[in-house]
Amino acid sequence: MLLFLALPTLIAVGTGFVGADGGFTLDTVGALADPVVLSAFGSSIWLSALTAVIGAIVGALVCYALLGAPADGPLRSTIDSLSSVLAQFGGVMLAFAFVATIGIQGMITVLLRDSFGIDIYADGVWLYELPGLVLPYIYFQVPLMVITFMPALVSLKTTWAEANATLGGTARSYWLRIALPVLAPSFLGSLLLLFANAFSSYATAAALTSQGSQIVPLQIRSALTSETMLGRENLAGALALGMILVMAVVMVGYSVLQSRAARWQR
Amino acid sequence: MSGDIRVAHAPNRLTRGLILGVVGLVFAVPILAMVEFTLRRGLEGGYDLHRWTDLFQGGLTGEYKPVLVALGNSVGLAIGTVAIILLLLVPTMLLVHIRFPQLRRVLEILCILPISIPAIVLVVGLAPVFSVVAQLVGSGVWTLAFAYGITVLPFAYRAIQSNLDGVDVRTLSEAARTLGAGWGSVLLRVLVPNLRRGILAGAFIAVAVVLGEFTIASLLNRVNLQTALVVVSKNDPYTAVILSLIALSVAFLLLLAIGRLGTVRRPRAQTARTPVSAASPTSTPTPTGARP
Repeated sequence: MLLFLALPTLIAVGTGFVGADGGFTLDTVGALADPVVLSAFGSSIWLSALTAVIGAIVGALVCYALLGAPADGPLRSTIDSLSSVLAQFGGVMLAFAFVATIGIQGMITVLLRDSFGIDIYADGVWLYELPGLVLPYIYFQVPLMVITFMPALVSLKTTWAEANATLGGTARSYWLRIALPVLAPSFLGSLLLLFANAFSSYATAAALTSQGSQIVPLQIRSALTSETMLGRENLAGALALGMILVMAVVMVGYSVLQSRAARWQR
Repeated sequence: MSGDIRVAHAPNRLTRGLILGVVGLVFAVPILAMVEFTLRRGLEGGYDLHRWTDLFQGGLTGEYKPVLVALGNSVGLAIGTVAIILLLLVPTMLLVHIRFPQLRRVLEILCILPISIPAIVLVVGLAPVFSVVAQLVGSGVWTLAFAYGITVLPFAYRAIQSNLDGVDVRTLSEAARTLGAGWGSVLLRVLVPNLRRGILAGAFIAVAVVLGEFTIASLLNRVNLQTALVVVSKNDPYTAVILSLIALSVAFLLLLAIGRLGTVRRPRAQTARTPVSAASPTSTPTPTGARP
């Protein structure tokens, strides 16, 4: 536990401060201000935020649709398993799926081109660049939202809906005045979790793009594997430090929201 | 009885069908595209099954041998990781639960922590650790099991803990001790059978996570199923996609089995042990308004 969690994290963060001569330095951390690195962090955050918001909204809709389906029924258990597979197992294989779908010879690309005369790559192939990551990321964000948000939605008590109805409330007042305020912390918490998930995910991007490194995890890859960046040996550590900082902010926010949400989930 | 009022917060059939239908359709497209892709006949167009039959008749030999080796590696790693969970996590959790309840928060934070440290960050620090490990015990693939033990920790912890919350471990173990059982038989013959569901779920999740792991293996230059798939995809995308489809469906069935595991037992457990079920957090829609 200590050897494989605490030590690597400390090394990862620590090497960010160690210079080429082995002494303490802030130079490598200063590399975080490098325009390339900054733009990588920018695109990582942009990509994560965009896919988190879309994933959260679509995922919440799916959860809503599943509300009222028996928890032990075939519908719920099938969707639960599918979601877990896509959210945790996909990675590399999702990249293949999207190459087959909207790759240059992908099913949808060819269909749109031959049947409708629409060339989605008229302005060049974007699947292997940053915009191409959006669709695959959404593809694993939505299932993750279903997994994390469903418990919150299920914990809405039917007695609240009944109380609302007996007091003369409408479905509208139920959702606006009761359900949404109760769900808000869980929703925002799940949104943050989705952000963290996209921010730290590596496999899909690595399998999809083998050239260039537009997002931070790919920057770490090139910093780790490249042998051409002399004098920047510890860049990976500095990048890791930057990622941990972003993750720390997100996770603190998440735990605050989660403790608020827990109040209603007993 | 209160059917009309409950519909006020659950969607009606049409809305549910519409949402699930549209989202389901969009999500089915990439999977269908994968299937379509594997059935393509090549440049002349048309579809047939030859890529699937070739793959299976060839028996994954020759150029696909690495995939088989990698699958073996992944399965071995999965077994190793599950062993770590069973031999380290389960006893630790039980010990903390029974003897040191004040440490529960600490254990929980420690176990959930890995979720907030991205694997890609962990790799940066693991690289030096593994170069030391490699000097000590060699650079075998199995050493990755320790790293995977950390990455599956949050998932396994959650699965086991939710089971632990529903079982009165302390009373069970005290009863067994009073009847003259030693700690070993308390653990193996009383507690583990009661926690079977959580432990199995944790083990299955661990297997799924390990089989799907790519980041750590790829950056530490170890070979597992996912890294081998990437290598295969570079020269034979069709085979890579076929293998991915198989892997995805196996994982789906595995996780479906976990779900079944949980649901089949629940009704029986609740009629058999009413006091326990009243304390369980997953309450069924029975009138639970009496709870404080």
